Amino acid sequence: MTDQTIDTETATDLDGGDHSANAVAVASQWQLMIWKFRRHKLAMVGFFIIVFLYSIALFAELVAPFSPHDYNRRGGFHPPQMIHFIDQTDDGWNLKPYVIKTKRKRNSITLATTYTPTDDKIYLEFFGAGSTYKMWGLFDANTRFLTTINPKEKFYLLGADRLGRDMFSRIIYGARLSLSIGLVGVVFALVLGLSLGGISGYFGGFTDTVIQRLVEFVLSLPAIPVWLALAAALPPTWAIETRYFVITLIVSLVGWTELARVVRGRFLALRHEDFVIAARLDGVSETRIIFRHMLPSLSSHIIASVTLAVPLMILAETSLSFLGLGLMSPAISWGVLLKEAQDVRSIVQGPWLFAPGGAVVLTVLAFNFFGDGLRDAADPYSN
Amino acid sequence: MNTNPDIQLPDDVVLDIQNLKTYFPLRAMTIKAVDDVSLTLRRGKTTCVVGESGSGKSITARSILQIVDSPGQIEGGVISMRTPPRVGGVESIIKLSKLPPRSKAIRAIRGRDIGMIFQEPMSSLSPVHTIGDQIIETIRLHEKVSKKDAKDRAIELMRRVEIKNPEQAIDQYPFEFSGGMRQRAMIAMALSCNPSILIADEPTTALDVTTQAEILDLMSELQREHGMAIMFITHDMGVVAEIADDVVVMRHGKVVETGEVKEIFANPQHPYTQRLLDSVVKLEARAEIKPTEDAVLNSGSDTILSVKNLSITFPIRSGFLRRVTGGVEAVKNVSFDLKRGESLGIVGESGSGKTTLGRCIASVNPPTSGSVLYYGADPAGVDLNGLTGEPLCAYRRQMRMIFQDPHGSLNPRMTVGQIVGEPLQVNGIEKGEALRDRVAHLLEQVGLSADVMERYPHAFSGGQRQRIGIARAIALDPKVIICDEATSALDVSIRSQVLDLLIGLQETLDLSFIFIAHDIGVVRYFCDRVAVMREGEIVELGAASVICDDPQHAYTKALISAVPHPDPTARSIHLRHRYSEDS
Repeated sequence: MTDQTIDTETATDLDGGDHSANAVAVASQWQLMIWKFRRHKLAMVGFFIIVFLYSIALFAELVAPFSPHDYNRRGGFHPPQMIHFIDQTDDGWNLKPYVIKTKRKRNSITLATTYTPTDDKIYLEFFGAGSTYKMWGLFDANTRFLTTINPKEKFYLLGADRLGRDMFSRIIYGARLSLSIGLVGVVFALVLGLSLGGISGYFGGFTDTVIQRLVEFVLSLPAIPVWLALAAALPPTWAIETRYFVITLIVSLVGWTELARVVRGRFLALRHEDFVIAARLDGVSETRIIFRHMLPSLSSHIIASVTLAVPLMILAETSLSFLGLGLMSPAISWGVLLKEAQDVRSIVQGPWLFAPGGAVVLTVLAFNFFGDGLRDAADPYSN
Repeated sequence: MNTNPDIQLPDDVVLDIQNLKTYFPLRAMTIKAVDDVSLTLRRGKTTCVVGESGSGKSITARSILQIVDSPGQIEGGVISMRTPPRVGGVESIIKLSKLPPRSKAIRAIRGRDIGMIFQEPMSSLSPVHTIGDQIIETIRLHEKVSKKDAKDRAIELMRRVEIKNPEQAIDQYPFEFSGGMRQRAMIAMALSCNPSILIADEPTTALDVTTQAEILDLMSELQREHGMAIMFITHDMGVVAEIADDVVVMRHGKVVETGEVKEIFANPQHPYTQRLLDSVVKLEARAEIKPTEDAVLNSGSDTILSVKNLSITFPIRSGFLRRVTGGVEAVKNVSFDLKRGESLGIVGESGSGKTTLGRCIASVNPPTSGSVLYYGADPAGVDLNGLTGEPLCAYRRQMRMIFQDPHGSLNPRMTVGQIVGEPLQVNGIEKGEALRDRVAHLLEQVGLSADVMERYPHAFSGGQRQRIGIARAIALDPKVIICDEATSALDVSIRSQVLDLLIGLQETLDLSFIFIAHDIGVVRYFCDRVAVMREGEIVELGAASVICDDPQHAYTKALISAVPHPDPTARSIHLRHRYSEDS
C-alpha cells in the first residue's frame, strides 16, 4: 500500500519515542497516559510522596512510636530529640539507636520549664514491643516500628505538646483523618459534580441554564463564613464519626461546582465531535454513546480534576479545624493539632507545634504536582 | 553589523541557504525536520517551496528568521542575506545563521528586511488590538517615526493592499474583517518596512478559492512594484504553476528537486516530483476508471433520493429563557434529485451551506422545512422530515456519512476493529467470530490488511484513517454515502488514491454519492453531476463537464476561473471572472 509508506511518523510522538512503533500502535488510552505521565519527573515525585503518606496513614499504629493520647506529666513542651545510631561506650563502637536523656528543670521565678541533656541514653529498638493498640480496630498488637526498649521511657522525635504527648505520633495518627477527609469529600463532590455537570452538558437547554445558575449561586457564596455557620450549627454532642461525616459534606460543598463545570464543558464539546456524531449515525443508543464514547474520553480529565480537588479539601478541613469549628479533640487531624499552635506561648515555648503545618504543605504540594502531571497526560492524543 | 566580505552572492540573489540542518532532538531520537537544504531567493522573483505535510517546508522558512519552536534548533548550514542599503548605509551581506535567536540584530531583521505572512490570518493577528495599531507598531519598532506619520503610512499600506476605506478600517478589530481582508492586513503589516524578502507560509490555504485568487493577484502586483523576493510555501501545485518563478520540491526534510517552474512542470527529474505532478494532473480530468459521464447520466436509472424545497434555519436564542429571537438561514429552498449509481458533487465556498445540507441529509440536523425523500425499500419514498425511532434507524443504515477530519471522526479510545464493527454490532447484524470476519473483510475492501484490527487510530496516517472511516460507512451495506469534504484534509497524492477507492466501491456495492467539496479538481475527477451553492442556495446544477468547463451562471464562472491549474504556461488567474451581486 502506497500511503502506508508515505508517512510513518504519525505515532512516534505519542510516547516521546520510548517504545517501538508496534507497541504504540496497539497501546490503549491508559497505556499512553501512563507513558506520558512517567516522563513528568515532578509528578512522579509527587506520586511517590502521596503513596508514602497514605501508607503511613494506613499503618499509623505500627509507624507511630506511642499512642497519640499517652500524656506525660513531666514532658510538657519537650523539644525534639535527635536519634543517634552509633553508640560509643567503654566497650567500643556499637550500632544501636538511642536518644540522649534530658533532665527537666523549672525556673522558680518564671516557672518556665527547660530540658537539659544528661549523660544517660535512652535506647531504642526497631519493631520492639510498645504500648498495646488495636490494629485497624480488629486485633490487639504491640509492635511498633521504633520504640524505647524500656517502656517506661519516652522519646520525642518532633517534640511534645503541652501535655507531653508525642507530636510525631500525633501527626501520624492525624494523617489518617486529614488524608481521608480529602478523599471522602472528593467522592461526594464527584458524585454531585459528575451527575449535575453531565446532565447539564448532555441535555443542554433549559436544564443546563438552571444547573448553571445554581452553580453560579453556590460559587457566589462566601465559602468560609458559610462553612463557619454550618459547622457552628452542628450540635457539640455529636459523636466524632458523625461530625467527621458532616464536615466532609460541608467541605465538599465547594468542590462539586468546579467539577460540574469541567464535566459540563467536556460533555458539550464532545457532543459535537465527529466520532460521537458518527456513532449516533451508526445507530448506537444514547446510553452506549455516553458510556462507550463520551465517558472514556472524559475519565482521564475527571481523574486529573479530582486529584487537584483533593488538596483543596484537605486545606478546607485544616482551616475549619484550626478555627475550632471542624473536628475537635479528642479526634486528631492536622487541623486539630495546629489549633494548639494558635497562641504566642506555643510559638515561644514549642515552635515544633507547627510541624503538622509542614505535613499539610508537603501533602498539598505533592497532590498538586501529581495532579498537574495527570492533567498533562490526560489527553495523550493532543499533540 | 557583521559583514562578511568572504561571502560572495550573485548579484540578483538576496538570500542564500546552504546545507541548512534544523533538528528536533527528542529523548529517544532526533527528528531531522530540515536536512541539508540549500536554496536561493532572487530579487523580484517568487520561489515556491512545495511539499506535502511534514516535508519540512515551514521549518525551513522559520529557520531563516530563527523562530523555530523549541526544541528545534539549527544544527548546521549557512544562511546569508543581502541587506539593501539603508539610509546612510551600504549594501552588505549578513550571515543570519550566525546571529543568536534572541539577539537585537535578528530582531531588527525580522519585520524590517524579511516580512512574514502566516497561514491562519485569525491567529496571527492579535484580537484585542485594532488592525491599525498592529501595523503602526511594526513600523515604529523598526523606524523612528512619529505616531502620526506611522498612521499615515499604515493607511497608505492598507490602501495598497486594496482594503476598502482604509481610514475607517484602521480602527477596526480583526474579528470585523473577513478571512481575505485579514490576510490583506497581514500582508500590509509584512510590507510595512519595505522588506527585500517576503516569506509567505501557506498564506492562501485557509481561504476560499476566489479570495485566494485575489490574494495571489495582489502579491504579484506588489512584487512588481517593490521588486522583493518572495518565498512562497504551499502544497498546492496549481498555485505553484500560477505564481512561481523557481520551484523547490521538498520531501522528508530534504530538497528533492530545484529548478525553473516551467522546467519542473514540463520535465520533472525526480520520481517524487513526477508522482506529485501526476497525482495533481490526474485530478484535472474525470477519473479514467469511471464510466463516461454520458453513460451515467443517460443510464435511465431511477431516483434514489429526492430533496424538495429544503430549508434549514439555525435559531438564534437570547435572553435568560433562551427564547428564539431570530434565525440564520443556512440552506434556502434547495431541491435536487440523486439517481441510483450517480455521484453528485456539491461545491461552494465556506459558509455556502453545503456542509449543513449534507449533514441534514445524513440526519445529523433536522430540516426546518421541505422534504428529503428516500426511495429505498418503499417505492413511495420515506420522508426524513419528522422521522423518528426505528424508521429513522433504518434510514440511517442506508444513508451513511464520511467525515472531513480523519482524526476527529474515529474514537481514539477504540481499536480499529471496534470502530468498524460497532455499526454491525449495535444493529445486531453480526457478532462474535462472524463479526471479526466481516470486519476483516471490510478492512480488506478498503485496502487495509485485516491484522490492523487490534491497533488504535493513532497508529495510522490521515489517508489510512480515512479508509477506516470508509470501512465503517460501508459496513451496513448502504445505498447512499455522503462525503463531507472527505479528501480535503489529505495530501494530494493520497487524495486520488482515496477517490479511486470510492469509485471502486461504487462499482462493486452499487452506491450513490453526494460529494461535498470546495475543491473543483476533486469534484471534476469524481462526480457526474455538480450543484454549485452560494449563500444557502443552489445557483447552478448540471453535468460535471458543463459546470467545470462551460459554466453558465456568473458566480460559477467566477468560481471556476479562480481555480489555479497546474500548468505554468497557461497562467489564467489574472484573467478570471469576478462576481459581484449586481452582475
